[in-house]
Amino acid sequence: MKSLEELRALREKMKSQTDNRSVAGADETVIKVGMATCGIAAGARPVLDAMLDEAEKRQLHNVSISQTGCIGLCRLEPIVEVFKDGQKYTYILMTPEKARKVIVDHVVNGNVCTDYLIGENS
Amino acid sequence: MRELALNILDIAENSLRAGASLVQIRLCADFLKDEMTIAVEDNGCGMSKEMAASVTDPFTTTRTTRKVGMGVPLFKYSAESAGGTFRIRSEEGKGTCVTATYRIGHVDRMPLGDFGGVVLQLVTMNPQTDFLVTVQSGGQTGVLDTREIREILGEDIPLGAPEVRAFLKEYISENLVSIYGGRL
Repeated sequence: MKSLEELRALREKMKSQTDNRSVAGADETVIKVGMATCGIAAGARPVLDAMLDEAEKRQLHNVSISQTGCIGLCRLEPIVEVFKDGQKYTYILMTPEKARKVIVDHVVNGNVCTDYLIGENS
Repeated sequence: MRELALNILDIAENSLRAGASLVQIRLCADFLKDEMTIAVEDNGCGMSKEMAASVTDPFTTTRTTRKVGMGVPLFKYSAESAGGTFRIRSEEGKGTCVTATYRIGHVDRMPLGDFGGVVLQLVTMNPQTDFLVTVQSGGQTGVLDTREIREILGEDIPLGAPEVRAFLKEYISENLVSIYGGRL
Protein backbone atom coordinates (compact mmCIF):
# COMPACT_ATOMS: atom_id res chain seq x y z
CA MET A 1 0.00 0.00 0.00
CA LYS A 2 1.30 3.47 -0.91
CA SER A 3 1.73 5.60 2.15
CA LEU A 4 2.18 9.29 2.74
CA GLU A 5 5.70 8.49 3.98
CA GLU A 6 6.66 7.83 0.39
CA LEU A 7 5.34 11.25 -0.51
CA ARG A 8 7.71 12.82 2.04
CA ALA A 9 10.64 11.00 0.42
CA LEU A 10 9.44 12.14 -3.00
CA ARG A 11 9.32 15.73 -1.82
CA GLU A 12 12.90 15.66 -0.58
CA LYS A 13 13.97 14.25 -3.92
CA MET A 14 12.07 16.91 -5.87
CA LYS A 15 13.45 19.74 -3.77
CA SER A 16 17.01 18.75 -4.55
CA GLN A 17 16.39 18.79 -8.28
CA THR A 18 16.89 22.06 -10.06
CA ASP A 19 13.55 22.84 -11.53
CA ASN A 20 13.64 24.14 -15.07
CA ARG A 21 9.87 23.97 -15.41
CA SER A 22 9.28 27.38 -13.95
CA VAL A 23 11.47 29.15 -16.51
CA ALA A 24 8.93 28.64 -19.28
CA GLY A 25 8.13 32.14 -20.42
CA ALA A 26 6.46 33.81 -23.35
CA ASP A 27 6.73 30.76 -25.59
CA GLU A 28 4.40 28.81 -23.31
CA THR A 29 1.60 26.90 -24.99
CA VAL A 30 -1.71 26.84 -23.14
CA ILE A 31 -4.16 24.03 -23.81
CA LYS A 32 -7.71 24.03 -22.50
CA VAL A 33 -10.11 21.11 -22.62
CA GLY A 34 -13.85 21.80 -22.27
CA MET A 35 -15.05 19.91 -19.19
CA ALA A 36 -18.71 20.83 -18.70
CA THR A 37 -21.59 18.32 -18.85
CA CYS A 38 -21.56 18.39 -22.66
CA GLY A 39 -17.81 17.81 -22.88
CA ILE A 40 -17.76 15.08 -20.25
CA ALA A 41 -20.64 13.23 -21.91
CA ALA A 42 -18.91 13.44 -25.29
CA GLY A 43 -15.67 11.98 -23.93
CA ALA A 44 -13.50 14.92 -22.84
CA ARG A 45 -11.93 12.99 -19.97
CA PRO A 46 -10.05 10.44 -22.11
CA VAL A 47 -8.96 13.34 -24.33
CA LEU A 48 -7.54 15.26 -21.36
CA ASP A 49 -5.84 12.09 -20.07
CA ALA A 50 -4.24 11.45 -23.46
CA MET A 51 -2.90 15.02 -23.65
CA LEU A 52 -1.44 14.93 -20.14
CA ASP A 53 0.09 11.54 -20.86
CA GLU A 54 1.62 12.64 -24.16
CA ALA A 55 2.96 15.88 -22.65
CA GLU A 56 4.57 13.98 -19.82
CA LYS A 57 6.00 11.29 -22.06
CA ARG A 58 7.66 13.99 -24.15
CA GLN A 59 8.71 16.02 -21.10
CA LEU A 60 7.06 19.17 -22.42
CA HIS A 61 7.82 21.73 -19.75
CA ASN A 62 6.48 24.81 -21.52
CA VAL A 63 2.98 23.44 -22.00
CA SER A 64 0.19 24.06 -19.54
CA ILE A 65 -2.87 21.85 -19.83
CA SER A 66 -6.03 22.72 -17.95
CA GLN A 67 -9.77 22.29 -18.09
CA THR A 68 -12.43 24.88 -18.69
CA GLY A 69 -16.21 25.07 -18.71
CA CYS A 70 -18.62 24.95 -21.62
CA ILE A 71 -17.07 26.61 -24.65
CA GLY A 72 -20.51 27.00 -26.26
CA LEU A 73 -20.50 24.51 -29.12
CA CYS A 74 -21.89 21.49 -27.30
CA ARG A 75 -22.54 19.40 -30.39
CA LEU A 76 -18.89 19.70 -31.46
CA GLU A 77 -17.48 18.51 -28.13
CA PRO A 78 -14.96 17.33 -27.06
CA ILE A 79 -13.33 20.69 -27.84
CA VAL A 80 -9.68 21.52 -27.22
CA GLU A 81 -8.35 25.07 -27.43
CA VAL A 82 -4.66 25.60 -28.09
CA PHE A 83 -3.16 29.05 -27.46
CA LYS A 84 0.16 29.19 -29.23
CA ASP A 85 2.24 32.05 -30.70
CA GLY A 86 -0.45 34.56 -29.82
CA GLN A 87 -3.09 32.66 -31.81
CA LYS A 88 -6.07 30.62 -30.71
CA TYR A 89 -6.77 27.31 -32.41
CA THR A 90 -10.03 25.48 -31.68
CA TYR A 91 -10.01 21.75 -32.31
CA ILE A 92 -13.39 20.01 -32.42
CA LEU A 93 -14.77 16.47 -32.14
CA MET A 94 -11.57 15.31 -30.47
CA THR A 95 -10.62 11.75 -29.60
CA PRO A 96 -7.60 10.57 -27.57
CA GLU A 97 -5.84 9.68 -30.85
CA LYS A 98 -6.48 13.09 -32.41
CA ALA A 99 -5.41 14.75 -29.16
CA ARG A 100 -2.05 12.96 -29.23
CA LYS A 101 -1.61 14.02 -32.85
CA VAL A 102 -2.27 17.66 -31.93
CA ILE A 103 0.41 17.50 -29.22
CA VAL A 104 2.95 15.91 -31.57
CA ASP A 105 2.23 17.82 -34.79
CA HIS A 106 1.08 21.20 -33.55
CA VAL A 107 2.49 21.77 -30.07
CA VAL A 108 5.86 20.08 -30.62
CA ASN A 109 6.49 20.51 -34.34
CA GLY A 110 4.43 23.61 -35.08
CA ASN A 111 2.33 22.08 -37.88
CA VAL A 112 -1.30 22.97 -37.25
CA CYS A 113 -3.69 19.99 -37.65
CA THR A 114 -6.07 21.85 -39.97
CA ASP A 115 -8.32 18.82 -40.45
CA TYR A 116 -9.64 19.07 -36.89
CA LEU A 117 -9.90 22.86 -36.67
CA ILE A 118 -12.90 25.13 -36.71
CA GLY A 119 -12.94 28.89 -37.10
CA GLU A 120 -10.65 31.43 -38.67
CA ASN A 121 -7.44 29.40 -38.53
CA SER A 122 -8.90 26.35 -40.23
CA MET B 1 -23.02 9.77 -19.69
CA ARG B 2 -22.01 6.15 -19.64
CA GLU B 3 -20.24 6.02 -16.27
CA LEU B 4 -21.27 7.14 -12.80
CA ALA B 5 -17.72 8.42 -12.31
CA LEU B 6 -18.36 10.99 -15.05
CA ASN B 7 -21.48 12.13 -13.21
CA ILE B 8 -19.37 12.59 -10.08
CA LEU B 9 -16.90 14.69 -12.08
CA ASP B 10 -19.71 16.79 -13.48
CA ILE B 11 -21.34 17.40 -10.09
CA ALA B 12 -17.95 18.21 -8.54
CA GLU B 13 -17.40 20.78 -11.30
CA ASN B 14 -20.58 22.50 -10.07
CA SER B 15 -19.02 22.67 -6.60
CA LEU B 16 -15.89 24.25 -8.05
CA ARG B 17 -18.03 26.77 -9.90
CA ALA B 18 -19.74 27.56 -6.59
CA GLY B 19 -16.35 28.65 -5.26
CA ALA B 20 -15.95 25.79 -2.79
CA SER B 21 -12.64 25.56 -0.93
CA LEU B 22 -13.35 21.99 0.15
CA VAL B 23 -15.22 19.33 -1.82
CA GLN B 24 -16.03 16.03 -0.14
CA ILE B 25 -16.77 12.99 -2.23
CA ARG B 26 -18.06 9.85 -0.56
CA LEU B 27 -18.59 6.46 -2.13
CA CYS B 28 -20.12 3.70 0.02
CA ALA B 29 -20.84 0.26 -1.39
CA ASP B 30 -22.68 -2.28 0.74
CA PHE B 31 -22.75 -5.49 -1.26
CA LEU B 32 -24.76 -7.36 1.39
CA LYS B 33 -27.56 -4.79 1.28
CA ASP B 34 -27.08 -4.35 -2.49
CA GLU B 35 -26.82 -0.62 -1.98
CA MET B 36 -24.38 2.03 -3.14
CA THR B 37 -24.31 5.68 -2.11
CA ILE B 38 -22.53 8.52 -3.87
CA ALA B 39 -22.37 11.91 -2.19
CA VAL B 40 -20.74 15.16 -3.25
CA GLU B 41 -20.68 17.87 -0.60
CA ASP B 42 -19.14 21.32 -0.82
CA ASN B 43 -18.79 24.49 1.18
CA GLY B 44 -19.43 26.77 -1.81
CA CYS B 45 -21.98 29.52 -2.22
CA GLY B 46 -25.04 27.24 -2.04
CA MET B 47 -28.43 27.94 -3.54
CA SER B 48 -31.70 29.55 -2.56
CA LYS B 49 -34.60 27.25 -1.64
CA GLU B 50 -36.35 27.93 -4.94
CA MET B 51 -33.21 27.21 -6.95
CA ALA B 52 -32.50 23.99 -5.06
CA ALA B 53 -36.04 22.83 -5.69
CA SER B 54 -35.91 23.51 -9.41
CA VAL B 55 -32.33 22.50 -10.18
CA THR B 56 -33.34 18.95 -11.15
CA ASP B 57 -35.31 20.47 -14.01
CA PRO B 58 -33.13 20.40 -17.14
CA PHE B 59 -34.45 23.84 -18.08
CA THR B 60 -32.97 25.43 -14.98
CA THR B 61 -29.42 26.72 -15.13
CA THR B 62 -27.31 29.61 -13.85
CA ARG B 63 -25.71 29.95 -17.24
CA THR B 64 -26.68 32.89 -19.35
CA THR B 65 -25.46 31.49 -22.65
CA ARG B 66 -28.43 29.16 -23.04
CA LYS B 67 -31.34 27.75 -21.12
CA VAL B 68 -30.49 24.13 -20.37
CA GLY B 69 -28.49 22.55 -17.53
CA MET B 70 -28.22 18.79 -17.80
CA GLY B 71 -25.70 17.82 -15.10
CA VAL B 72 -27.95 17.42 -12.06
CA PRO B 73 -30.94 15.95 -14.02
CA LEU B 74 -28.68 13.30 -15.56
CA PHE B 75 -27.29 12.36 -12.14
CA LYS B 76 -30.81 12.15 -10.70
CA TYR B 77 -31.91 10.01 -13.62
CA SER B 78 -28.96 7.64 -13.17
CA ALA B 79 -30.06 6.93 -9.58
CA GLU B 80 -33.81 6.77 -10.06
CA SER B 81 -33.58 4.50 -13.08
CA ALA B 82 -31.51 2.06 -10.99
CA GLY B 83 -33.96 1.65 -8.11
CA GLY B 84 -32.27 4.36 -6.07
CA THR B 85 -32.98 7.77 -4.66
CA PHE B 86 -31.72 11.28 -5.21
CA ARG B 87 -31.51 14.16 -2.78
CA ILE B 88 -30.11 17.65 -2.93
CA ARG B 89 -29.65 19.77 0.14
CA SER B 90 -28.44 23.34 -0.10
CA GLU B 91 -28.16 26.41 2.01
CA GLU B 92 -27.19 29.81 0.69
CA GLY B 93 -23.74 30.79 1.89
CA LYS B 94 -23.11 27.37 3.46
CA GLY B 95 -22.86 24.89 0.61
CA THR B 96 -24.57 22.06 -1.19
CA CYS B 97 -24.78 18.31 -0.70
CA VAL B 98 -25.92 16.01 -3.49
CA THR B 99 -26.63 12.39 -2.59
CA ALA B 100 -27.63 9.52 -4.86
CA THR B 101 -28.25 5.89 -3.96
CA TYR B 102 -28.32 2.88 -6.26
CA ARG B 103 -29.28 -0.79 -6.17
CA ILE B 104 -25.95 -2.32 -7.10
CA GLY B 105 -27.49 -5.32 -8.82
CA HIS B 106 -30.15 -3.35 -10.71
CA VAL B 107 -30.07 -4.15 -14.41
CA ASP B 108 -30.14 -0.47 -15.37
CA ARG B 109 -27.43 0.68 -12.99
CA MET B 110 -24.62 2.33 -14.93
CA PRO B 111 -21.14 1.00 -14.20
CA LEU B 112 -19.09 3.16 -11.87
CA GLY B 113 -16.35 3.47 -14.48
CA ASP B 114 -12.97 5.06 -13.95
CA PHE B 115 -13.56 6.50 -10.48
CA GLY B 116 -9.83 6.61 -9.72
CA GLY B 117 -9.15 8.57 -12.90
CA VAL B 118 -11.83 11.10 -12.05
CA VAL B 119 -10.45 11.61 -8.54
CA LEU B 120 -6.95 12.03 -9.97
CA GLN B 121 -8.20 14.61 -12.45
CA LEU B 122 -10.08 16.57 -9.79
CA VAL B 123 -7.22 16.73 -7.29
CA THR B 124 -4.45 17.49 -9.79
CA MET B 125 -6.25 19.99 -12.03
CA ASN B 126 -7.77 22.21 -9.34
CA PRO B 127 -4.97 23.80 -7.32
CA GLN B 128 -7.35 26.22 -5.56
CA THR B 129 -9.57 23.55 -4.06
CA ASP B 130 -9.09 20.83 -1.46
CA PHE B 131 -10.70 17.43 -1.78
CA LEU B 132 -11.60 14.84 0.81
CA VAL B 133 -12.43 11.56 -0.91
CA THR B 134 -13.71 8.64 1.14
CA VAL B 135 -14.45 5.14 -0.09
CA GLN B 136 -16.19 2.64 2.19
CA SER B 137 -16.99 -0.98 1.55
CA GLY B 138 -17.04 -4.22 3.51
CA GLY B 139 -15.85 -2.62 6.75
CA GLN B 140 -12.85 -1.02 5.04
CA THR B 141 -12.32 2.69 4.53
CA GLY B 142 -9.94 4.48 2.21
CA VAL B 143 -9.26 8.21 2.43
CA LEU B 144 -7.53 10.80 0.28
CA ASP B 145 -7.25 14.23 1.88
CA THR B 146 -5.48 16.82 -0.25
CA ARG B 147 -5.01 19.07 2.78
CA GLU B 148 -2.79 16.39 4.27
CA ILE B 149 -0.88 16.01 1.02
CA ARG B 150 -0.41 19.74 0.55
CA GLU B 151 0.98 19.96 4.07
CA ILE B 152 3.63 17.37 3.26
CA LEU B 153 4.51 18.87 -0.11
CA GLY B 154 4.76 22.45 1.10
CA GLU B 155 3.84 25.46 -0.98
CA ASP B 156 6.40 25.17 -3.75
CA ILE B 157 5.37 21.79 -5.18
CA PRO B 158 1.95 21.66 -6.85
CA LEU B 159 -0.27 18.56 -6.82
CA GLY B 160 -0.18 18.61 -10.61
CA ALA B 161 3.61 18.13 -10.85
CA PRO B 162 4.30 15.00 -12.92
CA GLU B 163 6.08 13.16 -10.10
CA VAL B 164 3.30 13.93 -7.60
CA ARG B 165 0.67 12.99 -10.17
CA ALA B 166 2.32 9.61 -10.67
CA PHE B 167 2.39 9.08 -6.91
CA LEU B 168 -1.25 10.08 -6.51
CA LYS B 169 -2.31 7.80 -9.34
CA GLU B 170 -0.90 4.79 -7.51
CA TYR B 171 -2.06 6.05 -4.13
CA ILE B 172 -5.64 6.36 -5.41
CA SER B 173 -5.59 2.95 -7.01
CA GLU B 174 -4.14 1.23 -3.92
CA ASN B 175 -6.02 3.13 -1.21
CA LEU B 176 -9.38 4.00 -2.78
CA VAL B 177 -10.18 1.81 -5.78
CA SER B 178 -8.90 -1.35 -4.08
CA ILE B 179 -11.52 -0.93 -1.32
CA TYR B 180 -14.37 -1.90 -3.64
CA GLY B 181 -12.19 -3.81 -6.08
CA GLY B 182 -13.35 -3.90 -9.67
CA ARG B 183 -16.85 -4.87 -8.62
CA LEU B 184 -18.74 -1.66 -9.34
